[in-house]
Amino acid sequence: MMKQTIAFNRRLALRARASCVGPKEGQGPLGWCFDRVLEDDLLGQATWELAESEMLRRTVALCLERGNLPPDKLELLASGDLLNQLMPSCFMARAFGRPFMGLYGACSTFVEAMILCGAMIDGGYRRNAVCAASSHFCTAERQFRSPLELGTQRPPSAQWTATAAGAALIDTDKSPAAARLTGGTIGRVIDYEVTDANHMGAAMAPAVADTILAHFADTGRDFRDFDRVITGDLGWIGRNLLKALLEERGVAVPDEKLADCGASLFSQEQDPHAGGSGCGCVASVSCGYVLRRIEEGAWERVLLVASGALLSPTSSQQGQSIPGIAYAAALEADG
Amino acid sequence: MNNDKKTAEHRRYDRMVKAMTPGSDDLHGYIRAFWVGGLICAIGQVLSLFGEKVLGLPEGSDGMFTSIALIFLGVLLTGLGVYDDIGRYAGAGSIVPITGFANSMAAPAIEFRREGLVLGVGAKLFTVAGPVLVYGLSASIAAGVAWWLIGGMA
Repeated sequence: MMKQTIAFNRRLALRARASCVGPKEGQGPLGWCFDRVLEDDLLGQATWELAESEMLRRTVALCLERGNLPPDKLELLASGDLLNQLMPSCFMARAFGRPFMGLYGACSTFVEAMILCGAMIDGGYRRNAVCAASSHFCTAERQFRSPLELGTQRPPSAQWTATAAGAALIDTDKSPAAARLTGGTIGRVIDYEVTDANHMGAAMAPAVADTILAHFADTGRDFRDFDRVITGDLGWIGRNLLKALLEERGVAVPDEKLADCGASLFSQEQDPHAGGSGCGCVASVSCGYVLRRIEEGAWERVLLVASGALLSPTSSQQGQSIPGIAYAAALEADG
Repeated sequence: MNNDKKTAEHRRYDRMVKAMTPGSDDLHGYIRAFWVGGLICAIGQVLSLFGEKVLGLPEGSDGMFTSIALIFLGVLLTGLGVYDDIGRYAGAGSIVPITGFANSMAAPAIEFRREGLVLGVGAKLFTVAGPVLVYGLSASIAAGVAWWLIGGMA
């Protein structure tokens, strides 16, 4: 019996993917691989929140278009973001009028949604599903930190919330697909009592280590079985902490196999401090880059481990530490 | 969960985090804060002299003129989207002068305009400056009472 991991029985195809990012993300090292780079991160909307929702809606629409699935045939839409009561996702889902599940896993939401969609299809309850997630620098800043125009400095360990969205369509159609979803590991909430909200990489690294170890223990795999283990939003500092934590537990970590979405989205010159973060970071890098590399045949098997810092403005102000969580999805080339 | 109750494992992780996290570049930070803060003060001095010599303001009101002019500049630069860049560079150098106070009022006013004039701007205007005002005023009252008591005894 696997403690935390689901191995899917059906052939779950990642039929289509779509990604959309803001101007700063478009100028980053991965700018070339996204489907849409916004020129105006307000998208002609009245508020930042509506802009994030519209960005997510366009991404999901593009994903359905790529998968040749008319929106009225979509059987499940699972999506999440960082905002209170999931405003961007709910407003996006309103536009599609399809069965919807809103999820909150902070920056881990995309993979949480992917595992849920996989389980719903694998169980035979749905024939297709879209998992999606978004974040927007301007909406996250005003909810979690300070007004945009306030002249403050941030410590080097702080992360930069990405303006980005990603969506993937999963189905069981027999035709060849870019990649397959073969398994998922549901994370536990892990808290190493980090209280610094400007150091989310440190708060999440133990949760990521826990989920990776659980996946390895459940499946008997290790780093040798994967071309890449790609974590979500640990940033440069958090990635090194994760490596140290895994090595402490006797897991050999080949440096070139461990990549992080938050550390890949921006370059150091763009001054994102410790790296990118936000639900849209993992979602866009997965859909724009990771699945593309699998599609191109560069990678055979990837473990995508998205992590979330489960803090809220209230929990921070009340002096509580930051619980972390991580979800892992095993992605494999089709064939 | 406070520090003394942390398990040995968590304390060890704390040390690991500290060792692997780069600190802020303090020396460069001080230099930046010093020259930007100094420049703002120098601009204030020029404004004060301008009020006194050119406008011929009466003794004592040149200070008020300087404050008003600096607050205006702080708000203007916030509205133009420049002050946050200055703040990212200079840190306390641009937070401590009165222009920083103007920025701390103007930034929420712009940010929460979309939630309306009453529940947005009205309710959120003091989110940043509020604590400074509350404790600044409280401290001044406490100091005033103390002064009065000492003065009464003498």
